[in-house]
Amino acid sequence: MFSLEKILNAANEWLNNTFSPTMVIGVQFAAVVLFAITLFALLGLSLVLMERKVAAYMQLRLGPNRVGPKGMFQTVADTVKLVFKESLTPDNADKFLFNLAPFIVMIAAMLILAPIAFAKGIQIWDINIGVLYITSVSSIAVIGVLMAGWASGNKYSLLGAMRSGAQIVSYELSAGLSIISIVILTGSLSVQDIINSQQNGWWIFKGHIPIIISFVIFFIAITAETNRAPFDLAEAESELTAGFHTEYSGMKFALFFLAEYINIFIGCALAVTLFFGGWMPFHIGTWSTFNHIMDYIPSSIWFFGKTIFLIFGMMWFRWTFPRLRIDQLLNLEWKYLLPISMVNLLLVTLMAILGWHF
Amino acid sequence: MIEEIGTTEQGELIINMGPQHPATHGVLHLRVTLNGETIVKVEPHLGYIHRSIEKMCESLNYRQFIYSTSRMDYLSAHINNHACAMCVEKGLQIEIPPRAQYIRIIMDELTRVASHLLWWGALGMDIGAFTPFFHAFREREMITDIMEESCGARLTMNYMVPGGVMVDVHANFQKRVIDFIAQYKSKIQEYHELVTGNTIFINRMKGVGVLSKEDAISYGCSGPVARASGLSCDVRKIFPYEIYQELKFDEILETAGDSLARYHVRMKEMDQSIKIIEQLIHNIPEGDFQAKTKAVLKLPKGEFYSRAETARGEFGVYIVSEGGMTPYRIKFRSPGFSNLSALDHMARGSKIGDLIAMMGTLDLVIPDIDR
Repeated sequence: MFSLEKILNAANEWLNNTFSPTMVIGVQFAAVVLFAITLFALLGLSLVLMERKVAAYMQLRLGPNRVGPKGMFQTVADTVKLVFKESLTPDNADKFLFNLAPFIVMIAAMLILAPIAFAKGIQIWDINIGVLYITSVSSIAVIGVLMAGWASGNKYSLLGAMRSGAQIVSYELSAGLSIISIVILTGSLSVQDIINSQQNGWWIFKGHIPIIISFVIFFIAITAETNRAPFDLAEAESELTAGFHTEYSGMKFALFFLAEYINIFIGCALAVTLFFGGWMPFHIGTWSTFNHIMDYIPSSIWFFGKTIFLIFGMMWFRWTFPRLRIDQLLNLEWKYLLPISMVNLLLVTLMAILGWHF
Repeated sequence: MIEEIGTTEQGELIINMGPQHPATHGVLHLRVTLNGETIVKVEPHLGYIHRSIEKMCESLNYRQFIYSTSRMDYLSAHINNHACAMCVEKGLQIEIPPRAQYIRIIMDELTRVASHLLWWGALGMDIGAFTPFFHAFREREMITDIMEESCGARLTMNYMVPGGVMVDVHANFQKRVIDFIAQYKSKIQEYHELVTGNTIFINRMKGVGVLSKEDAISYGCSGPVARASGLSCDVRKIFPYEIYQELKFDEILETAGDSLARYHVRMKEMDQSIKIIEQLIHNIPEGDFQAKTKAVLKLPKGEFYSRAETARGEFGVYIVSEGGMTPYRIKFRSPGFSNLSALDHMARGSKIGDLIAMMGTLDLVIPDIDR
């Protein structure tokens, strides 16, 4: 059976036999960096294309269909254009912070990638507090957004950044509480342990109602945290022209744009890890033949398939719903989602203490 | 004069929304004073698309000046032309053949539906939903095709002339209109599912930008904006022109006066327009499409006024004639200008997002406001 894990283990063995230990670490670092950057580029290009195609089919259009077969290279062409565009810096911008902001947003997005398990045995950094690490590093991105809005010296950017700050800080709470409910059931913060706990069935399908509630809240919260419609108040095209990145152009704009899609991917990947069993194949009870066939599908395909399914859900939101108003957005979090997730957390704790889960 | 001030003395933020801004649908410039996200004051600044159409009309003769009115409220071009043609006809006391009257009203109502469809799509864009725009354009496209076939133009039609319509309708006209009605009826439910029933949409609209009946009267609002506040002001009912008094249709009235009421008024008006077209399209009488008129029109000395109900409200044409070939003075009463003047009153105390939603429901067409 095809397995990335075996290939990687073989490569590791070969490296250790051929080179000195220092050299091995160096080569492996380079490989990881290369992998991360390639993954970023591929994800950015394919998710943008996917968004445009999904939007087009929902809006009775065809979407990109000129560059390459079925318009597949449209986003590549767009990226090339953005690279060659001049990156303007406004006169009354704080130049250092203005140029720093997109990199902070991008680096935060890159760092979160580390503990995510892409397939069986494929994980850049198996840290034992993986989930905690993800939630804490993802908060760094808001600093970049605030910095961009403040340093632009533009009133629309400032308003967008303030909205974004209020929004991300609020929605992190309920996202965190939803994550904790899974952590309570599995008793571990490690991504590997959480995935392994779903060997006999994904959390979402185990029939625990509080888990389904946490999944819904978590999905809403990550949609808000990534500033996606219907929570795209930080950009709010019709209100604030482009919100916090109004003044950005060229590659600096592209970094914000890319970071948005990477954050969507990471949010959905985290949801898959927590609720949909990560790279675990889909099994039904005692149907051993069916389960066996499912096992033959490589784990990476399971992981990416589930993630893209959730990403499609987020795109569906974006092209269907109108945008919320800022006070409605905060009301939704503080008056509904947060109390519900707190009660939900209590229920999950009770379940765990009384041993009602399986 | 636009001064370079960032904040007021009270520390409130001043934002120049427009003349280039995605939500102002053109070159409207709103000077918005903000306290955080809350709106303190809205000052509309006009003049970016002023073409002095009224002055230009003074040097055009009574056949020519009608065409410049298509460029005012370009979404109600037929109805603007219609009002002007009626004013000239009033002065010359021309009887319009029944066929022309039928065609005129069908065209007017098609224009109204097209305009409301575009408004519906643009409102979606304003509140952050992009998809309605494309769905509305699918149906609007059918109307513009009908217009193109019969009038030769898709947007600024110039079809109404003193005495009737310029040319007879195309042979396909009846079939196409019937097709459109069928298409509209099969799709309108989709519109309601996509937008009207959406909880986020209702929350964004309900209780936002309330305009009381008294305020609607004092600001001179007309059309759907005034009718949403409970003010009965449909020119087609109060001062019926052509054959409107013989037709069965309802004047839509709501009492809430908020954005949601304005939304509902327009949605129901589309249904009424379809009802009117259905009554006419099957029995367009045979005969002339244009009354016999002299080659050179000269209005007798005096003052003439006519009005029509456009998609945005009451459009008035006031002509002062000295008896010559060209009008001595022309004044247009455009509905958008009065409706815009209520914006400041409505918007105070609400959020930026609400301002955009209110502008969407006022259905502003800037060249109409700024002639």
